[in-house]
Amino acid sequence: MIDQLPILLIIIPLFAAPLLVLLGSRHLALPISLAVVWSVFGISVALLCRVIQNGPIGYELGGWPSPYGIVYVIDYLSSFVMMFVSALGAIVLTYAPPSIKQEIPFSKHYLFYACYLLCLTGLLGMCITGDLFNVFVFLEISSLSSYALISLGKTRRAPLAALHYLIFGTIGATFFLIGIGLLYQMTGTLNMADIGRRLSEVRAERLLAGLTQFSRTELVAFAFMTVGLSIKMAVFPLHTWLPNAYAYAPSVVTGFIAATATKVSVYAFIRLVYGIFTPNFAFETMPLDTALMIFSLIGIFVASVAAIYQTDVKRLLAYSSVAQIGYMLLGISMSNVDGLTAGIVHMFNHALIKGGLFMVVGCFALRLGSVKLDDLRGAGKTMPLTSLAWVIGGLGLIGVPMTAGFISKWLLLTAALEHDWWPVAVLMLLSSLLAVVYVWRVVELLYFSEPSDKAKRAKEAPALMLIPTYIVIAATVVFGCWTVYSAGLAQKAALALLAITESGIAPGGTP
Amino acid sequence: MNSFPIIRIVTKILIPYILLFAMYVQFHGDFGPGGGFQAGVIFAAALILYGLVYGLPSLQKVAPPRIIEKLIALGLLLYAGTGIACMMMGGNFLDYDVLTHNFLTDVPAAIDFLPPGEHPRHFLPQGQHLGIFLVELGVGITVTAVMTMIFYAFAGREQVA
Repeated sequence: MIDQLPILLIIIPLFAAPLLVLLGSRHLALPISLAVVWSVFGISVALLCRVIQNGPIGYELGGWPSPYGIVYVIDYLSSFVMMFVSALGAIVLTYAPPSIKQEIPFSKHYLFYACYLLCLTGLLGMCITGDLFNVFVFLEISSLSSYALISLGKTRRAPLAALHYLIFGTIGATFFLIGIGLLYQMTGTLNMADIGRRLSEVRAERLLAGLTQFSRTELVAFAFMTVGLSIKMAVFPLHTWLPNAYAYAPSVVTGFIAATATKVSVYAFIRLVYGIFTPNFAFETMPLDTALMIFSLIGIFVASVAAIYQTDVKRLLAYSSVAQIGYMLLGISMSNVDGLTAGIVHMFNHALIKGGLFMVVGCFALRLGSVKLDDLRGAGKTMPLTSLAWVIGGLGLIGVPMTAGFISKWLLLTAALEHDWWPVAVLMLLSSLLAVVYVWRVVELLYFSEPSDKAKRAKEAPALMLIPTYIVIAATVVFGCWTVYSAGLAQKAALALLAITESGIAPGGTP
Repeated sequence: MNSFPIIRIVTKILIPYILLFAMYVQFHGDFGPGGGFQAGVIFAAALILYGLVYGLPSLQKVAPPRIIEKLIALGLLLYAGTGIACMMMGGNFLDYDVLTHNFLTDVPAAIDFLPPGEHPRHFLPQGQHLGIFLVELGVGITVTAVMTMIFYAFAGREQVA
């Protein structure tokens, strides 16, 4: 059964989701989904341990061997990403029941849990698969279910935000699919490792034939796929779907999607650049590093400033997410070990921080019935524990030492200096000051202003929600001091990715 | 549509053939062009045609929304269940070959023509047939149900599920 772990990771939630619909039971849905998410988390931890011990694992679906059939590939990077995605998925769902009870009509509960599990399936599937078309399929599974989840929001604007996201997301997915089609036409294979191999063969042949090294098909495919994934990642000019989607979705959904969805797209982007096209092509032939750096920096500043002016905590955090994606891409575009490590570890750290903060916001939403800044006034007195969690999480978001955010920013800074990108380093530090402003704005309201009517009547959030929130918030501090399993793993993943590019052997071949 | 007898009669005549054709596409899928998705769409087209001509309430009597919702899930479960059955029998997920040795034990005459040393398993397609048959059936059920559900969602003003 141990050999079947990779597929079980995908098949358990995929099987449980329709089962919930078939049972249609409003009472069984929660225990079943909890059992599923925690067993998925267990499996992903087991996989991570096996990868650390024995190196990459492969799994052939239907027994079809590597370049012909679909293979699942679990290496450092994918197991690391899957570990934190499933961890956040499990802990957010554990925290969810009181919040769901308030925000989602009871008759829709089993559909909510089914969509949640499908979304988790899609996100994990994107990480685990070594087949490019499979990535697209799982991308669609996770996206479609997240549109449905977002539209469950209480206000009438939620369906509209979901539709907005749907239109954008579909354009992104279509672009990605067009890119896959072009690559398939060019190489005749969909296995990512195989595409990488054949692309390098094509390049060598073209050089011998006296042509330019990179064919136009390759350039167009790369452009389509990058833009498509950029929409999904919410890179600065393509981020417009994100604030509304996060703000109007139910609190639990925001917590889950904000912590995981964009990160997994970033993961797919890393695979695309490092596993298929090679950084040499992406960053030297194509000016992707400069483009990413400029857009990331503009994004960091514009989104942070926008966050400062929000009147709603959820939107504030949503804009901050756009800014944080900028840090990840900045690291990835540096294409050295430190930068890549910083990018990967920031995926993890930010998932914890943003997941934790959105969980805090969910607690406020439960007790205050609103997440408007005006209503949050003075809630520090009636909801001290929730407010304290915001402070700790907020420190992580700023990047104060001893928190997870510091680790990633420190690594990013070292990488930027190594690259001699002084202006980037300075701008990054300045942008942290903007984070101080928007985090502090909320802290000040919570503690130092007259309580609003709602805050006066509020009481502390239930323990069922506070405990998972504090687990995540505590994790941001733990992983700020002890980085063996965050930055350590990220560095191994980065080294593996860069080694692949240097030796010319792509991952996901026959393991 | 009560005042259009021709449309009503023609629809009644056509529907059985549409359903039959859907069945043909479904079960022919693993030999030739066709398969669960196409068959599901054709099957649902028959239901939707019935709904358009005879009205939504009549269609809901034939295909109650609650049942349709369950069928969406059932199809997917059939698909995943086939894969899990393969795993239970010692293969990888969706490795249909293992289905052969346990379900269909009769070895066809083809084994006599095997080149010496060849493992007979590669020449026994029943496992593959059975597996693809089940998986395609699952796809067919889900697609039929989803298409009908979409029709319900657009045709009925009130919420369906």
